[in-house]
Amino acid sequence: MTSFIKPRINRKSAPTNKIGLTRQDYDGTMSTLCAGCGHDSVTAALARAFFELSIQPHKVAKISGIGCSSKTTSYLLKEAHGANTVHGRMPSFATGAMAANNSLTYFGVSGDGDSLSIGIGQMIHAMRRNTDMLYVLENNGVYGLTKGQFSASADIGSVAKKGIINDQPPIDPCALGLSVGASFIARSFSGDRKQLVQLIRAGLMHKGFALIDVISPCVSFNDHKGSTKSYEHTYKYYNKFVHADYIPPAEEIKTAYDAGESMPITLHDGGKIILRKLDADYNPADRSSAFSKIINNNIKEIATGLIYIDENLADMAEQNNLETRPLNQVPYKELNPGLDNLKQIQKSFR
Amino acid sequence: MSQMKPTNIDNPDYFHKVVDCQWACPAHTPVPTYIRQIAQGDYTGAYLTNRESNVFPGVLGRVCDRPCEPACRRGRVEEKPVAICRLKRVAADHRDNIKEYLPKKPSVMNGKKIALIGAGPASFTVANDLAPLGYQCTIFEKLSKPGGLMRSNIPAFRLPEEVLTEELNYILNMGVELKLNTPINSMKSLLDEGYDSIFVGSGAPKGKDLNLPNRWDDKDHIHIGINWLEEVAFEHTKTIGDNVLIIGVGNTAMDCCRTSLRLGAKSVKVMGRKPRSFFKASIWEVEDAEEENVEIIINHSPEAFITQGGRLTGMLFSVIKHSFDNDGNIINSQPIEKVTIPCDDVILAIGQENAFPWIELDTGIKFDKWNVPIIDKKTFESTKKGIFFGGDSAFGPKNIIWAVEHGHQAAISIHNYCRGVSLEQRVSNKIELKSTKMGMFEWSYSNSYDGSERRKMEHLDLVKRFSKLNTEVEIGFSPEQIATEVQRCLNCDIQTVFDAPKCTECDACIDICPVECLSITENTNNEEILRENLNFEKNEFNQSLFISEELKFTNRIMVKDENICLHCGLCAERCPTAAWDMSEGIVKIHHADTQDQNYASETAE
Repeated sequence: MTSFIKPRINRKSAPTNKIGLTRQDYDGTMSTLCAGCGHDSVTAALARAFFELSIQPHKVAKISGIGCSSKTTSYLLKEAHGANTVHGRMPSFATGAMAANNSLTYFGVSGDGDSLSIGIGQMIHAMRRNTDMLYVLENNGVYGLTKGQFSASADIGSVAKKGIINDQPPIDPCALGLSVGASFIARSFSGDRKQLVQLIRAGLMHKGFALIDVISPCVSFNDHKGSTKSYEHTYKYYNKFVHADYIPPAEEIKTAYDAGESMPITLHDGGKIILRKLDADYNPADRSSAFSKIINNNIKEIATGLIYIDENLADMAEQNNLETRPLNQVPYKELNPGLDNLKQIQKSFR
Repeated sequence: MSQMKPTNIDNPDYFHKVVDCQWACPAHTPVPTYIRQIAQGDYTGAYLTNRESNVFPGVLGRVCDRPCEPACRRGRVEEKPVAICRLKRVAADHRDNIKEYLPKKPSVMNGKKIALIGAGPASFTVANDLAPLGYQCTIFEKLSKPGGLMRSNIPAFRLPEEVLTEELNYILNMGVELKLNTPINSMKSLLDEGYDSIFVGSGAPKGKDLNLPNRWDDKDHIHIGINWLEEVAFEHTKTIGDNVLIIGVGNTAMDCCRTSLRLGAKSVKVMGRKPRSFFKASIWEVEDAEEENVEIIINHSPEAFITQGGRLTGMLFSVIKHSFDNDGNIINSQPIEKVTIPCDDVILAIGQENAFPWIELDTGIKFDKWNVPIIDKKTFESTKKGIFFGGDSAFGPKNIIWAVEHGHQAAISIHNYCRGVSLEQRVSNKIELKSTKMGMFEWSYSNSYDGSERRKMEHLDLVKRFSKLNTEVEIGFSPEQIATEVQRCLNCDIQTVFDAPKCTECDACIDICPVECLSITENTNNEEILRENLNFEKNEFNQSLFISEELKFTNRIMVKDENICLHCGLCAERCPTAAWDMSEGIVKIHHADTQDQNYASETAE
């Protein structure tokens, strides 16, 4: 908290995006998280990405579950649609919402508790269906809201604030996503805004399920010596091995890339993701290569960047041939084919 | 290539420049300090804070040129800056008796005698600084009342006589001798009178004339603005014709047109050669004139006076068509037609010059080819040792606040000269940083942002204000207006001080900042690249980037754009490790009285 709410300042020379909005137009209510929480940086990166992509705030749906992380959605895009749902049930809610109205940009924010414990079954199925949404998992290794118990993503050997050492293996959401067929898998860190904003931009424009596992330190319960998800530890072992730049359609590629280093991927919207790899042998379009990269990873080398992308996998709407118009805009006659048609359908089941 | 170096915040100019108003003020008045004093109801303290820098808060609170206001940071957030000048008047209006707090004549004088020529703001400032140090100051004035242009050129409806007189008397009561009706006709004979040093503060008393056809046919109805205003101020002129034309668009023109109305003119037109954006007058003075139904006519260039039988009947003008480049500069001007505008009187307010017919050529005071004295810009010394110039007489017409600053600097020079110390040896400014932290989210200043708009100074009814020549038009701020206006100040002197080793690079400050003026980034070797990388907006106000030492986890740097910071302190409130602090930066500006002990302690260090 602070002594007063962040004021809304209409600066004369504030930069505007293509639809005439300023970065402040993408703010939400004031954060009530602890000062220094990584989640606030994720909020800012999300707002920045939406601003840069010139997305109308009212054409966005923001959905979350329960936990510190899930408060994030309140802190940005106050004009967007959205809901805080039941603990761990954000993926189902988002899937249903998408079936009813596929014209919005969907993003969900969850945490390691919400996604990897109570909601793991939900998340897996949303990934499997390749629902067209950005899924940001704010990962701090502890249950912050209940004062710092280890979560399912805590690393072996990580020390809790009161001295207990974790000896259970962590669930790696990226590995999980690879195994069930998510089409966009990335890892980042709340302290690297540059990378995070680019990944969020790419994830939002990717057609299909985009998971970004963001290491987002818990400043109150997991930022001490011995923690493997503290600011100090993450900065120390942070390894950006695939850098991704999202370039919108019809925009010039300004950065000069060395030949062989970059790998362009064209998205459905016509935009491009330019990947720059530190390891020339690594292929982010190859699932097994991605899998071995993160499985062989250790806590002394936190692999971040766009780990895997498959732009050709059909998303849920395409797979199921869903209505492209929002259901409330479909004429009643089409929406309700009538009693005779119902009888026909029922007959086919006999 | 080498990386950019961390900002040295011990450099007194670094944070001083951040306080835009104080930096822009020639006398470096600590504006946010006195506004906070007003906010606390300490009007006397606010007055004294002002007086230390600008000597005439009551006068300047009404008629200052306000270089501070266009610089004000608030103007970058909203349309209008803080009403700094009006708040200065608030301090003057509501102060208690301050006599006991003023410097006094010492019981033992130092035996040095200083002659000051011209009883205007520059000379009075020199006397104000030197009299308490034991100098015997004598001011020579040709007119029958002191004040210089503050009395003769600024009409009493803008600056009441008693306000001026009271502030001049504070200085005279320090044992300063004032010789009225005593023009100095010869510098040579003054030099023979045995003064240890002489200060020339005689202003720029020569109004420019306009030598157009028929100029000399009717001397009685074509007036030189500043002379005419002086005649009105000393009640030698009490009437004017029904239709008056003012030639010129500076502040003197605005005073002339409004004074004409008070002498009974029915129709007054101010004639300008260029569009309004080129007017020299302060915007508010033009607005005030228009409120009184003065007509402002642009793009009219005077060609000739028209007379009939030795009586002025009108003036001939060329109507000019200007063409502009993209930046609004005039690239071409063409006369398109000629018009005659009838009138009974013309007042010429097209500028003034300094003139020294009383300084003989062989005194050792050298003049340049335009007959302007050659003056050192820092010490204000002329080419003759021990003779100093200040105010409009030094570098031509400026304004009161510049004259005050010239006076302060000349006083230091005179003090050094009389002590046999080099004029260059002046105590430099210093900055003192004092944390304002009082507790959790508690600061010793009101840091929350107040979105209120600038309060409007109310004016006396049009009917009432013309009843007498000296009826003051502006009625001062009401208590409600004061309470709101003080909260508009952004407290730019409460500086954001960053302690790099404490930072854990959590970005909390960056996220909370309402104007996005912070960033953590890789160091570069050049500020332009840094600005581009960080998408900081155009730096119109030439403010600096703050660059921290390298941060401990990543060797990156914290960068802050001083241009758009609002000093709200949210970064410091949100920082989990108190790496940011809000510290009051007190810029110590030295005058003549602090030259000795400070210099001694500085060299001893």
